[in-house]
Amino acid sequence: MMNNAQTAPTEPASPAAVHARGLTVRRGTGRTPRTVIDSIAFDVPRGRITGLLGPSGCGKSTLMRSIVGTQAHVTGTLEVLGSPAGHPELRSRIGYVTQAPSVYDDLTVRQNLEYFAAVLTPGRAAADRRRAAVTRAIADVDLTGRAGALAGNLSGGQRSRVSLAVALLGTPELLVLDEPTVGLDPVLRRDLWNLFHDIAATRGATILVSSHVMDEAERCHDLLLMREGRILAQDTPDALRTRTHSATVEEGFLRLVDEANAEAKPEVAR
Amino acid sequence: MSTARTTATAARVLRQLRHDPRSIALMLLVPVLMLTLLRFVFDGNPRTFDSIGASLLGIFPLITMFLVTSIATLRERTSGTLERLLAMPLGKGDLIAGYALAFGAVAVVQSLLATGLALWLLGLDAVGSPWLLLLVALLDALLGTALGLFVSAFAASEFQAVQFMPAVIFPQLLLCGLFAARDTMHPVLEGLSDVLPMSYAVDGMTQVLTHTDMTADFVRDAVIVAACALLVLALGAATLRRRTP
Repeated sequence: MMNNAQTAPTEPASPAAVHARGLTVRRGTGRTPRTVIDSIAFDVPRGRITGLLGPSGCGKSTLMRSIVGTQAHVTGTLEVLGSPAGHPELRSRIGYVTQAPSVYDDLTVRQNLEYFAAVLTPGRAAADRRRAAVTRAIADVDLTGRAGALAGNLSGGQRSRVSLAVALLGTPELLVLDEPTVGLDPVLRRDLWNLFHDIAATRGATILVSSHVMDEAERCHDLLLMREGRILAQDTPDALRTRTHSATVEEGFLRLVDEANAEAKPEVAR
Repeated sequence: MSTARTTATAARVLRQLRHDPRSIALMLLVPVLMLTLLRFVFDGNPRTFDSIGASLLGIFPLITMFLVTSIATLRERTSGTLERLLAMPLGKGDLIAGYALAFGAVAVVQSLLATGLALWLLGLDAVGSPWLLLLVALLDALLGTALGLFVSAFAASEFQAVQFMPAVIFPQLLLCGLFAARDTMHPVLEGLSDVLPMSYAVDGMTQVLTHTDMTADFVRDAVIVAACALLVLALGAATLRRRTP
């Protein structure tokens, strides 16, 4: 991969949170399954925010589903927090937010969180701990004032924050967030990114966050740039800009895409 | 499986239902109104009301729970909450048992109302114990829950899910002995009715209607309905996949 220009300030000592080699995913149940992810290799360092960026349809969501273990037909090596992806032991250690908010519309914000908290830490003995976790998660996403409202009556941005709050329950070691800031206003987006940084810094969590909005890349510690099922680059935003002689990550990404296209063309002609 | 996660799931399903009072009203009142209607349809023929009424006491919970469960689990699949739950430490058994427990509780209330009304206000003349009627109704509700859960795996939308009601329930309704005694049907249909669970549900109700004690046939009927419900629940569990293509 193109990470020889890696200039990350602190090389993490612990093994990577996510370690992938030769990872391939095929989707579709028909006679011709599509190769959505094509033999990729990457590492997501622990305790940092890694942005997974790329245009819509490039395989970001499929990669995230593979990491949390809900994607079928995954081949190659994919280790998450030291275990193979999808291992039952990982289910309480990963927080996952799907692209569409997955909460119960006919429950209130608090009731949603109470149920998912009961699934994570069941039993009457943990009731106090659960209540504290629910209250904290609601405060984390700034919905304390709406805790009693039905999720179905909230705005789109509020519903996706409920979905995010569910992932924050139980203090996960790895947070996998699929486009959590899509459709949110700038103030909210800034607040959420501050929250992500706070979680990574104070709770030591690893965050893998996808986006197709390139200006969010500047807020990440590390970047994974994806295009058509392949990793185009893995770098820090600074290193990427320097290497591609670009002012912004977006410009750098486009330059890499052009280079990749130029390389690919002769192959098509053959 | 974990009891705490199962009861938490059941409590969650009931909480969802509580935010939907109209559905609760429909589930509880429709059987009561239909039985009342039936009573006066057969105004001059109380014996017919006895037999059809008793059969319906078993059929109502089955149909209601089938519809409610198939839509509820379909919603769970399409809203992404199922994917989220299965990425969490929740057993498939916890989820299914939670649904069965919640809708079973609703079925008990529904059956108490319908059975009570039929026996004491509408003069349905059952020789056996009302508790046995209630037991069959509960088993029928479980069977409906199981069937609903199972077919929801084959429906891509709520529109398709409701179409499964006539497809799965109507043949059983026609063949269960409600419209014609099963031994008077064409032999092929009689054979078919022998393998459909609703036939035993209705037969169980008829046993209570005509016998003071628990008969061997009643025990057989109850065991068959319960076994079918468990079998279909297990099939339903197999349709919940942690990894999807």
